[in-house]
Amino acid sequence: MKSLLSEIKKGKALVSDGAWGTFLHKRGLQPGECPELWNLTHREDVFAIAKSYIDAGADMILTNSFGGHPLKLAHYDLNERTIELNKAAAAISREAAGDDHFVLGSMGPSGVMLMMGEVSEQELFDGFAIQAEALKNGGVDAICVETMSAVDEASIAVKAAKEATGLEVVCTFTFEKKMGDHYRTMMGVTPLEMATAIKDAGADIIGANCGNGFEQMIEIVRDIRSFDNSTPVLIHANAGLPIYKDGQTVFPETPEMMAARINDILKCGANIIGGCCGTTPEHIQAIAKEIKK
Amino acid sequence: MDELIQKISVCVERGKINKTSPFPGDMKGQDGADELTKQALDASIGPDEILLACNDGMHKIGERFGRNEVFVPELLMAAKAMNAVMAHLKPFFKAGVVKPKGKFILGTVAGDLHDIGKNLVSMVVEGNGWQVIDLGVDVKSIKFIEKIKENPDSIVGLSALLTTTMANMAKTIQEIKSEFPSIKIIVGGAPLSMKAAEEMGADGYASNPQGAVEFLNQMSLCA
Repeated sequence: MKSLLSEIKKGKALVSDGAWGTFLHKRGLQPGECPELWNLTHREDVFAIAKSYIDAGADMILTNSFGGHPLKLAHYDLNERTIELNKAAAAISREAAGDDHFVLGSMGPSGVMLMMGEVSEQELFDGFAIQAEALKNGGVDAICVETMSAVDEASIAVKAAKEATGLEVVCTFTFEKKMGDHYRTMMGVTPLEMATAIKDAGADIIGANCGNGFEQMIEIVRDIRSFDNSTPVLIHANAGLPIYKDGQTVFPETPEMMAARINDILKCGANIIGGCCGTTPEHIQAIAKEIKK
Repeated sequence: MDELIQKISVCVERGKINKTSPFPGDMKGQDGADELTKQALDASIGPDEILLACNDGMHKIGERFGRNEVFVPELLMAAKAMNAVMAHLKPFFKAGVVKPKGKFILGTVAGDLHDIGKNLVSMVVEGNGWQVIDLGVDVKSIKFIEKIKENPDSIVGLSALLTTTMANMAKTIQEIKSEFPSIKIIVGGAPLSMKAAEEMGADGYASNPQGAVEFLNQMSLCA
């Protein structure tokens, strides 16, 4: 059994993959289409994305299952196919990664809020457990709960993943810089509150994804390291905040810009570096080159 | 009487729904927006006055949200408390005793299924005294246009979360404006900025729900 934790213990920094969503759209996914359905209808496209990150030098790739919680799939009347779609997502990434790279099963938010009474804790838990188990059966090495903003939902997702799979679980939140240079999620959660809650729920690796670019990720890692010196930290950074111009959405941070800051984020104590929205295989290649120097 | 009004405003601002609701902790066991509104109506306090108290509470929490002093959970609880007040005031709206400040047609643009941000705006705008016509998510231009035809005196709000649906937002603005050149459109959502809004031809941009309320209030003064 491969273990992210034992790889990290060897003292190496690892490289993760880049964007999936924005990449799928580039390959023709239309707004309003279910990205996870592409695991069946456009298998080659999804495989090509996964493979491009392996070829770029990533040590691990994620899966095309971010919106694979049954409550999210229900928007497309696909909740009955939760197991099939998640399993297919895992199998595609497994095939692209081969046996010597890691595959992390992606699980994003369910899209419903516990505090609004839209859903029960049990329903949320069961959905994540079904998703995680399907990802495991499709061949993932670990689960990555990502883009979380609420402590309650993230804790439930981590617990469900642990209980259903027994695999290593990564959990990352999305933080924004608020007034006074403090970072919080849209639900008001600080990095400290995140770490406390999700480690308690059983997360092995913590961190941040999405957000407003690499510079802010360095500050978030510094924040986490100010209270936690031991838990491995994973970062999936956006290529900056998108700019809308002439009918096109452009991400401002180039591969070179990201590569130039790798040393700083490693010095601050990050263990796994990859990209989120707007990052490409070129970004990952530049990051990998820097990390493996 | 003033004390009741004051208390309703505080309950909305703090998100105290009713006596049994546990939030916020320091108001446990006290009457909430629900009980106090009923008491106020029983004491013959005018529904318009109660509505103003509600607006006041919502305005305060909206401002605190805009200043990053409180976050989405607090705003949602305030909206729930406001709904408890509104449930009692509905008959007066229907009878025309109290009137909204104006109409706001709101929706998440085509191709985008995210509704948290849109719902927050909807609740805060309604709490500030506007009638909100919420068209939901994945709303095509034609649906906006049909609603504007029915409500030509309204202002339109468009929401998007995905970077990939910003193009649809721009298209929606163009299509609405070509049919109704003078209609005012405000946009919001995570990937947006004032600059992007201008580029798309929107009349306004707000980074938080209170910003949308301020835009609406300004527009209604201009009209």
